[in-house]
Amino acid sequence: MNKRKKTGSIMLALVISVSMLLSACSNNGGNNAPTNGGTNTPANQAENNKSGEAALAAEQIFRMNLHAEPPTLDPGMTQDNTSGTVLNAVMEGLTTVDKDGNVQPGMAEKWEVSEDNLTYTFTILDGATWSTGEPVTAHDFEFAWKRVLDPTKETPSPYAYQLYYLKNAEAYNTGEIKDASQVGVKAQDDKTLVVELHSPTAYFLNLLSFYTYYPVNKAVVEANPKFAAEAATHSTNGPFLLTEWNHNESLLLTKNPNYYDADKVHFTEVRLAIINDSNTELSMYETGDLDWAGRPTGEIPIDMIPSLKEDSEANLQIQGIATTYYFNFNTTKEPYDNVNIRKALAMAIDRKAIVEKVTLGDQIPAFGFVPYGIKGQNDTFRDEVKDSYFTEDVEQAKTLLAKGLEEKGLTKLPTIELIHNEGEGHKKLATAIADMWKTNLGVDVSVQSQEWGVFLTNRTNLNYQVARAGWGADYNDPMTFLDMWITGGGNNDTGFSNAEYDGLIKKAQTSSDPAERMEAMAAAEKILMDEMPILPIYYYTGIWMQKPYVQGVWIDYSGEIRFNYGYIAEH
Amino acid sequence: MAAWRKFKFYPEMMQMVRFIATKLMYVLLTLFLLATVTFFMMKAIPGDPFMGEKKLPPAIYNNIMAKYGFDQPVWKQYLTYMNNLLHFDLGESMKSANRTVNNIIQNAFPNSAKLGIVAIIVSVIVGIALGVIAALYHRGLIDALATIIAVLGVSIPSFVLAPLMQYFFAVKLGWFHVAGLKEPLDYVMPVLALSALPIAFIARLTRSNMVEVMNSDYIKTAKSKGLSKAIIVNRHALRNAILPVVTYLGPMTANIVTGSVVIEKIFGIAGIGKYFVESVSNRDYTLIMGLTLFYAFILIVARFLTDIAYAAVDPRIKLNSRGGGS
Repeated sequence: MNKRKKTGSIMLALVISVSMLLSACSNNGGNNAPTNGGTNTPANQAENNKSGEAALAAEQIFRMNLHAEPPTLDPGMTQDNTSGTVLNAVMEGLTTVDKDGNVQPGMAEKWEVSEDNLTYTFTILDGATWSTGEPVTAHDFEFAWKRVLDPTKETPSPYAYQLYYLKNAEAYNTGEIKDASQVGVKAQDDKTLVVELHSPTAYFLNLLSFYTYYPVNKAVVEANPKFAAEAATHSTNGPFLLTEWNHNESLLLTKNPNYYDADKVHFTEVRLAIINDSNTELSMYETGDLDWAGRPTGEIPIDMIPSLKEDSEANLQIQGIATTYYFNFNTTKEPYDNVNIRKALAMAIDRKAIVEKVTLGDQIPAFGFVPYGIKGQNDTFRDEVKDSYFTEDVEQAKTLLAKGLEEKGLTKLPTIELIHNEGEGHKKLATAIADMWKTNLGVDVSVQSQEWGVFLTNRTNLNYQVARAGWGADYNDPMTFLDMWITGGGNNDTGFSNAEYDGLIKKAQTSSDPAERMEAMAAAEKILMDEMPILPIYYYTGIWMQKPYVQGVWIDYSGEIRFNYGYIAEH
Repeated sequence: MAAWRKFKFYPEMMQMVRFIATKLMYVLLTLFLLATVTFFMMKAIPGDPFMGEKKLPPAIYNNIMAKYGFDQPVWKQYLTYMNNLLHFDLGESMKSANRTVNNIIQNAFPNSAKLGIVAIIVSVIVGIALGVIAALYHRGLIDALATIIAVLGVSIPSFVLAPLMQYFFAVKLGWFHVAGLKEPLDYVMPVLALSALPIAFIARLTRSNMVEVMNSDYIKTAKSKGLSKAIIVNRHALRNAILPVVTYLGPMTANIVTGSVVIEKIFGIAGIGKYFVESVSNRDYTLIMGLTLFYAFILIVARFLTDIAYAAVDPRIKLNSRGGGS
């Protein structure tokens, strides 16, 4: 035994000595910041102590896992949550959104809206500056937005359509008009930005907090169009500076001392790791290398959730987020073109059992499409319009199935082919539902797991019978869920088409009367559930762990993390 | 006689040059074929870099596709790609906007190389040491222990070993960081995970050869002459016993390079392997091509060096003989 131990320690010593040699000659990352921090401690620490709810710890460093390398940090090119998480901290648009989902001034200190709700005039905040020192001007916004819409740009912006609310934006982006000056954004002077909309948009101020609407530093971008590829060449305007970007390894954000609201920003450093293995992330949280694990950028392994719920030290948090998990029916394929068959399948599953025994994350059974957390007229839409469109009822499901089969001239439902994209969670859920259909309706189901690209291609080309799907909010309005089911809609992968539905969506899109809009959207959702081109399963929850001393960091309605005003409490 | 010998030296040089030239030609041919096959296979799988749960409006999507030349017939795209390749231009990543594949490789390869080189060195030294010790104490307790270590090393896959080590050494005992590669100590777990299999293999190889050599006549002669055990092992037995290990260097490098794909993910090391898997699921065409070719190049070079090393170590192997070690 003794000898074995010895070989073990020899092995260890060997590894260490060889690795020392190699790491000694490769100290290029500059990532050896002292672990006990304190180098950036602001002088006003004592003042900070007064404002916080709990006493602030001496060290204000927040560490979380980004999970993947941000594809880009150019706000005009961004289309993913990982990049968005970083951008939300290092940049800022005309408005921001607070914890309650209310719009607050950002780079714009105030604005006026014309009576027809089509023209917005923004005044840029005094003291808004770029990290490179120049003031943020209205021209930066005009430049940034037109850059996103420019179809001749070297790499066209994928999210250009987020700006289609502006007058002539779509026409310019699709090449119908060549003259950029016709687009509805104009800097009158350095401080004044005039924005004209295509049609009244109730949630436009909310949209302005989204990264596609962020400004870019005109002078920097004109000098170097690839400015956003490295930390050193980036120019930012948010509460944090992009100090280091070690590709695929880590990012370091440090507090921006020149940010107009710097008094309220407590973190001196935010360290973002890039670990794409969820078990490693969990271990790092346990050893204290991370203060936050899981939602939104990371992931907690499903099979770990039950034991983490019991473990008070883990401090597991679960909160509803505005995303819906559902199945698509291919309504162009027999027998799924029959509404009774679709309804029978939707009524024959036990959603409560699924969330309690399969998905394990306290998800909420869904009987509608618009999830909780989305704003309605006064309260959330889901609280104002209950999703009591249908109920789970095996007997009625059997009756509907028999009726549907008769209408289709069938005696038995052919084997259902259910496809889902790869993933342990999707597989378990699909198998559970297949089992419920088999038990309750006596139908055979074949469940198929497909690689992401293959799956998306099949779903888009309507080359499936029943397919897994999920949809999250782009902005805080029911429209972000409901407009996708209009006839020929780009994301309508079901072939569903209903003239009345299309009409109601059109009505809600063009009306500026809040009550009328909500009524139209509620009516549209009712049609959707009566026709059942999709089978809602559950509303997502965000699942994460945060060390108890992490305060003031929150997950917003859509599931994104907001840590700009967070702090580390004394512990 | 002496003059004739000098004369013969020349054709041997020529033989060496011809050997290297032929090998290089094979290298280029292999890379060309690989690039071609990968390109067409990659284009044949459904999906593209700009797909997503949320689809882009057709006008934007088509515009982007056209910018990358994806509206062209596949053979035209292939010719463009091969033309760029001739100029050592691997193109721009489609997922990581504004970053070239060359830049990504330059950034990531040093991390993979550091880890890989340490793992290779550790594998060879520890493997041989374990093998020799086991052979010297043939059929003893140490031999049995070494065999157990070897069997474990061969049978536990690195993706199981790595999380186990993380759990015990980092979470429970707190000896190392869970992930990352910043301090020398950070190398211990990923290196052990990567070299467990090669160590086991080399140990078994060395042991069986050692046992065979130690029983051979010339060692018996040396023993009967009264030479010390240390001299016999170092000067006479070991050299012959580790010859087969040299042949294993090529496959081992391949093993470690491919193994690093999993290990880099688990330990969060910003190397080539971490990019590789993502590039495929992202359909990042230029990155897939670039990394595949780069991997192939490394493996071919490793093979090539092994061939030369083997010829250098063992005079019985002739350079022009077919398939020497490959």
